[in-house]
Amino acid sequence: MKTKASNEVTMEFPSRSSNEGFARSAVACFAAQLDPTLNELEDIKTAVSEAVTNAIVHAYPDAIGKVLVKVRICPGNVLELTVKDRGRGIPDVDRARQPMFTTGGEERSGMGFTIMESFMDKLTVRSVPGKGTTVVMKKRLAPRMKAGK
Amino acid sequence: MEISAKSADRNLLLEFSGELDHHGARDALREVEMAVDAALPKKLVLDLSGVTFMDSSGIALILRAQQRMQLLDGSLLVCNVPAQAKRVLDAAGIGRLVTIR
Repeated sequence: MKTKASNEVTMEFPSRSSNEGFARSAVACFAAQLDPTLNELEDIKTAVSEAVTNAIVHAYPDAIGKVLVKVRICPGNVLELTVKDRGRGIPDVDRARQPMFTTGGEERSGMGFTIMESFMDKLTVRSVPGKGTTVVMKKRLAPRMKAGK
Repeated sequence: MEISAKSADRNLLLEFSGELDHHGARDALREVEMAVDAALPKKLVLDLSGVTFMDSSGIALILRAQQRMQLLDGSLLVCNVPAQAKRVLDAAGIGRLVTIR
């Protein structure tokens, strides 16, 4: 069942690599309302960067398609991030999640999913070849004392 | 992403500044390869002190530089790694493959 979000934002952009920086900065701006630590914010930016780069490099290797990023603030100080494409899909998700596995050539390391797993609490990858891939990540942020309260 | 090169006595120092992501990685990779091919160093040092953001694209670049130096029978050192980039390297276990100081 889908948890109710107290706030959310959705953005969609073409799969151009210049949008990688935009996506991670935009998500970080929205996540700021949870009052994250600098480390938490950097972890979130890194995970967004990996997921969006995957969509840009692998979902649409020879074309420009749409990448959708959704950020939701869920109960319990949980940030939920969804990165979705309608690209070519991943034939074997388990294999793609293995460290050092890549089909991306010499400029990719095959560590994207490993980093997403390491920096977020939960990672779900759903993919249908020919239809697209949806990556959902969740991270619970440490509750912080509000000044003056 | 900007890279400045300093070379002396077959030591090559490459100082990185800016964001090292997929968008900048292809040009950065080419610049590193060109600098190494021109200097043919015994020792290559990648100074990451000016890197404001790095993702797994930086790992690919470091591993590529390592391979290049192995072909030259030389060594690679990665130094002055900022906290965020260090966590990325640690999550991928790159410290087992590359000398990081």
